[in-house]
Amino acid sequence: MTTLIDIARPRQSSTPATAPVALAVDERPLAKRLGPGRRRQGAAALGPVVLLVAWVVGSASGVLDPRTLSAPWTVVTTAAELVGDGRLQSNLAVSAQRAGLGLLLGILLGAALALVSGLSRVGESLVDGPVQIKRAIPALALLPLLILWLGIGEPMKVVTITLGVFVPIYIQTHAGLRSIESKYVELAQTVGLSRAAFVRRVILPGALPGFLLGLRFAVTAAWLSLVVVEQINSTSGIGYMMELARTYGQTDIIVVGLVLYGLLGLLSDGAVRLLQRRALSWQRTLNS
Amino acid sequence: MAAHPELLTTERPTVAVERLVRGYGPKGVLNGVTLDIAPGEFVVLLGRSGCGKSTLLRALAGLDAEVSGTGRIRVPERVSVVFQDSRLLPWATVLDNVVLGLGVDDPRAKGVRALGEVGLDGREHAWPYELSGGEQQRVALARSLVRDPQLLLADEPFGALDALTRIRMHGLLRELYDRHHPAVLLVTHDVDEAITLADRVIVLDHGRIALERRIDLPEGSGRGRNPSDPGFAAIRTELLAALGVTNEAAPDSHDQPSPERTPS
Repeated sequence: MTTLIDIARPRQSSTPATAPVALAVDERPLAKRLGPGRRRQGAAALGPVVLLVAWVVGSASGVLDPRTLSAPWTVVTTAAELVGDGRLQSNLAVSAQRAGLGLLLGILLGAALALVSGLSRVGESLVDGPVQIKRAIPALALLPLLILWLGIGEPMKVVTITLGVFVPIYIQTHAGLRSIESKYVELAQTVGLSRAAFVRRVILPGALPGFLLGLRFAVTAAWLSLVVVEQINSTSGIGYMMELARTYGQTDIIVVGLVLYGLLGLLSDGAVRLLQRRALSWQRTLNS
Repeated sequence: MAAHPELLTTERPTVAVERLVRGYGPKGVLNGVTLDIAPGEFVVLLGRSGCGKSTLLRALAGLDAEVSGTGRIRVPERVSVVFQDSRLLPWATVLDNVVLGLGVDDPRAKGVRALGEVGLDGREHAWPYELSGGEQQRVALARSLVRDPQLLLADEPFGALDALTRIRMHGLLRELYDRHHPAVLLVTHDVDEAITLADRVIVLDHGRIALERRIDLPEGSGRGRNPSDPGFAAIRTELLAALGVTNEAAPDSHDQPSPERTPS
């Protein structure tokens, strides 16, 4: 009898009884109060969605003047037109190529310099100073000189992006490398690792968390430098498309460009974070 | 002394230390230590904190390049070190940690066998953080034994483990020692641990050897010695006295770690 009744009644029924109250108290989690709690699927999208909703509401209610900021639906139709006549794709391809090439070169340069400076004291004395000086000079300030040296073509643009990218890669990789605990160096000595094996098995994986952190900054830096170089003396790319739109007062195209920059930044940052989680699965952190 | 008398007939000791002096400043940490360890001999180095026992072990491990000193050291070719922390590379799997720098044919098969010996079959691909402290230290033991050491140096290898795990690890270390029979120099400040494991206990005080005591108690069923043996208590009293702890005086809590109890 009793068993039958128990089965028939749903466990978390809303029927007024004393039992559910007691249950709720019992099920309160006892541990993990100081951590940020469990990761929820898609929770990262919440903030952007709120912004988007505010934009829609602002445009629909007329609070936002279309000359100040085009409505989301205008931006969407404009984007569709730009895709239709192929201007968006061709400009995007040019921009992506610039950013990608600059990013790649910057990563190689930054990582190589970090290794040279991290593995030898002589290398550190030679490399670290100039990089810190470069770090103090904004990328924009170097532009006049780079234009004089390299002209206004692609090399100038790629070099500007590279110079923006390699600094965070260098700083973070170097810091990661130098924070490898000396006890692991002792261990490497006692198991008789060769210099090459020591670099491969201890130094590189130990510096990886720092490198990946640097990569997140570097990706942002690449897009930032891209915006700057594309709005100066450019004849192609998203920045050029926006600059042209400014001349004709086409707010919608400017917004399309902004949205595109935003999406590219968001996607690439997401990709790096995914890479971080995959590559650093040996770490037990608040993030996992 | 343990089960391999034929090894003791070798003329050359595995380890030979002569008049070793080491110091970080004007005050020496080691003030002329002379010590031989026979092949296959299990020596435990006992002493309070700061007596120089770790300095001696690090000198034998070749980890004291930055310490000044004099004296002569001879160690065999294959030396393994077990530290107080398991010192596993956090970014390498358990198996990769065991075979780190191992230059033999098919190191992975050898590594898997070594992990089996310490009771960690099937954990080859775990990350170090997924293991308990005792399991991590067993991986460290596997990493040291997979190299067939002629000399095993252990610096308070069980110091960070809880009492129950420590007892189990004593049994495991004794078992592994009986099978592989390296010479062992184990550093500890735990008197009972020293008596349980050692063929010979050396008490170090102020950088000098204060007492050498051969332990000739019967082995309790192959798993180390039985603390309820009356001989055990006598040796403990003797060693504690050499460490400056007598029956009458309570252990000085500033100098003396807690595990020792004065015998009743």
